[in-house]
Amino acid sequence: MILRRILIANRGEIAARILRTCRQLGIEAVLAASDADCDSMPARLADSVIRLGPAAAGDSYLSVDAVVAAARAAGADAIHPGYGFLSENPALARACGAAGIVFIGPTGSQLEAVGDKLTARAHATAAVLPVAAGGEVAGVAEAADLAAAIGFPVLVKAVGGGGGRGLRPVRQADALAGTVTMAMAEAAAAFGDPRVYLERYLPSGRHVEVQLLGDGDSVIHLGDRDCSVQRRYQKLIEEAPAPLLDDDLRTAIRNAAVNFGRHLSYRGAGTVEFLVDPARRAFYFLEMNARIQVEHPVTEAISGIDIVAEQIWIAEGNSLRFDQDDVALSGHAIECRINAEDWADGFRPSPGTVTTAVVPVGPGIRVDTHVQPGSAVPPWYDSLLAKLIVSGRDRAEALARLRGALARCDIGGVATTIGLHEKLTASTEFEAGGVDTGFLERWLYSHG
Amino acid sequence: MDLTSEDVRDILQLLDGLPYREMTLETASFRLSLRRSADGGWTQATEVLAEPAGPAVLAEPAEPAVLAEPAATTTAPSEPAPDAAAEGLVDVRAPLLGTFYRAPRPGAPPFVTVGSEVEPDTVVCIIETMKLMNSVTAGVTGAVAEILTENAQFAGQGTVLMRVRPTGEQQ
Repeated sequence: MILRRILIANRGEIAARILRTCRQLGIEAVLAASDADCDSMPARLADSVIRLGPAAAGDSYLSVDAVVAAARAAGADAIHPGYGFLSENPALARACGAAGIVFIGPTGSQLEAVGDKLTARAHATAAVLPVAAGGEVAGVAEAADLAAAIGFPVLVKAVGGGGGRGLRPVRQADALAGTVTMAMAEAAAAFGDPRVYLERYLPSGRHVEVQLLGDGDSVIHLGDRDCSVQRRYQKLIEEAPAPLLDDDLRTAIRNAAVNFGRHLSYRGAGTVEFLVDPARRAFYFLEMNARIQVEHPVTEAISGIDIVAEQIWIAEGNSLRFDQDDVALSGHAIECRINAEDWADGFRPSPGTVTTAVVPVGPGIRVDTHVQPGSAVPPWYDSLLAKLIVSGRDRAEALARLRGALARCDIGGVATTIGLHEKLTASTEFEAGGVDTGFLERWLYSHG
Repeated sequence: MDLTSEDVRDILQLLDGLPYREMTLETASFRLSLRRSADGGWTQATEVLAEPAGPAVLAEPAEPAVLAEPAATTTAPSEPAPDAAAEGLVDVRAPLLGTFYRAPRPGAPPFVTVGSEVEPDTVVCIIETMKLMNSVTAGVTGAVAEILTENAQFAGQGTVLMRVRPTGEQQ
């Protein structure tokens, strides 16, 4: 079927991003907006706006009933859930099915297979992917036995977590019991599921992920990304391709991701995340994100493929319109997440009103944003203001352009992470490429 | 917006060959300002001027979805605090705007109740802002005298959340 009207059940920069592709494809875009977002830039760009509910996300962007009712009221053929919120919620995918609305994403059972992180681990094992030593622990005693067997440090992970939430590193045995107890209580409150599991922790690993596209039959990849610049498991800078990986390791990682997708008969866009141990030339499955990701533009920059357009194409029931051999990756791209946070003051959130929004423009520069002068940055949602994506023929050219582009960014009225990006991208360690996930915390410690 | 990034690229190519440092283009729906910066690179400031459009299809009466309304103010004004100093009480204020939580998680006992003894670094509540939980401490030694904000309610920056009677104050 051809989709003619899509309800965008999201906000912020990703809502504006999806709107742009809808416009290019001639698809009518209806934005479902909470009370806090009815006057946002995406609301001004949308063909029409439907009120979703109050500002608090639980009553609007996180309400399956409200989203499905909005799609019905708008007469939408399909719902694009963006990322976060309900994007990986099997209940929304199933409710869409029941209402005769296309869910632009994988099937409900695929969402379940990867949403429960232990099930995902089992699928990874079945697809012959390497997984880190570990497993489920029902309590403190089991955790102690397992940790002793796999060795410290370990990571306590919530089965219902993901996206960097619900993770706690434990460096020595005496801290394990307290952390496991707290993690179970937190997981019950945050994810409605108290189960936790342990995995061997690799403090100096790199976060490398592979972008997949599947149509339920064939699965291909659009190359890899490196997202190792993280603070508290939240990504700040991403790039494609992952720098300084030898060809054999890169090929093995990409093939593993495709095998995982094929094992699930995956449909839609998704990302398989790995932890890479460059010293041992080993890698381990972390999780799969069954949705569009924040950092997808770096892949778009080196592949020339509009991933949102492919999501829509697949959701229309089509087969992939290209083979693996048709995917040509060239050049290098780096993305900086510009958040409304005062990085110099412990990354304190900075809601408020944007007064200035001047961004760089020029060859190889893309800015995905939802703010302009007068835009509210509400306290109810995440702090992402804009993404600066810069590409070049190689990493050196992309980095040189990125530094110039950051210097020309001026977002005022709220605190931002622009200054931090300027410093990080100027550092010799980042310039060398291939930093590990501890890079940012070490840098902050030595520059604090 | 009717202008794509490709359009902007074309305009820039045109401008690069011309002696101008700045160009502003305004239509009924947007305003685009392009400026050449000192390093020779260009910047862009875009404002979407179009007002948000209402729904293409009117909501059925039974459905909760309704026509878009003007955005609610996102910054709740701080309530004017009654003169706490006169009563000898110390205010505990919201350090930033966000949602006030009395307990560390749903169903858990609250951090403090009226009468709880507190130290300066006792956590008395949480303010959630942009998905981050910020602990709020009492700031003074004493006993919680009043709790002024309902659990899970939104609080503007500086809102008085609680009052503490410092140790040594006469009742």
